Amino acid sequence: MVNGKRTLIIIPALNESGSIADVVGEVRGELPGVDVLVVDDGSTDRTAAVAVAAGALVAKLPYNLGVGGAMRLGYRYARDHDYDVAIQIDADGQHDPRYVPKLVDLLDDNDLVIGARFAGEGDYTVRGPRRWAMVMLSAVLSRVAHTKLTDTTSGFRAANRRVIDMFATWYPAEYLGDTVETLVHTARRGYRIRQVPVAMRKRMAGTPSHSPARAMIYLGRAFAVLTLALIRR
Amino acid sequence: MKLTLVTGLTGLLLLGTIVELLRRRQLREKYGMLWLAVLVVVIPLSLFPRLLDNVAELLGVASGVSLVLFLGIVFLLLVCVHLSWEVSALEEETRTLAEDFALLRAQIDADRAARDELVSTDG
Repeated sequence: MVNGKRTLIIIPALNESGSIADVVGEVRGELPGVDVLVVDDGSTDRTAAVAVAAGALVAKLPYNLGVGGAMRLGYRYARDHDYDVAIQIDADGQHDPRYVPKLVDLLDDNDLVIGARFAGEGDYTVRGPRRWAMVMLSAVLSRVAHTKLTDTTSGFRAANRRVIDMFATWYPAEYLGDTVETLVHTARRGYRIRQVPVAMRKRMAGTPSHSPARAMIYLGRAFAVLTLALIRR
Repeated sequence: MKLTLVTGLTGLLLLGTIVELLRRRQLREKYGMLWLAVLVVVIPLSLFPRLLDNVAELLGVASGVSLVLFLGIVFLLLVCVHLSWEVSALEEETRTLAEDFALLRAQIDADRAARDELVSTDG
């Protein structure tokens, strides 16, 4: 329970046995009374076993579906088990669970709340094509959603029942579809989206990619995904 | 005459292959029917390659053979697109199955844990 609402924390994880125990442990420590569902997206390591030992519920996919696939499973679980709120948190430990009550508070007047970097808190900086991609995405998506969105690819989000129901039946499995396309889809259907500034921490395990070529490819794909999302119904 | 023999035999060979695949139930009927329909057009053309010359002239194409080549490429392109579409649909189906499977497994694990707890508190 967070603020009297049945809350499910969904953590999509792929080969995160190094950090998942700490993340689950921290969430359970900071937020007593919430359920934690780790969706093991076809890991080849001991992610699922480690998560169970840390006290999480675990749904293990038979093969890798991508973040979007893992998240739809999470939302289906939330819908089937009658949760009021579903919150997505990354398995690498960059999201601070102490912000969760803040996100849940805002769900009173909104349907989808996004925890956003670069919105005043924390010291997260990006440069080059990756930055251009983020600027483009936030400019377009802010217009579509009629609210200021600065961190559109954030994997830290809270959804209420209405959005859980929608995401349980519709959630794209494609690259960037889980973030960009869901925002377009949600905004177009009249749901209220809102972002709150959160500080991001260094990942507990794994390294982000910094190659310029990869950043350019990312920009291209972000543009393609956004264009497709906008011309889709 | 030699050419007609080569094309005609190729056409009949394709027909035989499709019929055999259908007979062994290796090909879904919807695809089998499609290829049979194609062969109904292709076999007469393989025996009489000049059959389409008149149509070709009408469309401003130099020879019937070029027209067949063009139509063939367009048709194959459409088949490829159709197959991509089918694969996308299949992937969506397997995705849903994978999710169902994971949900069921989670449910079984939860039931088993609850039962074990019950047993240990009873005993």
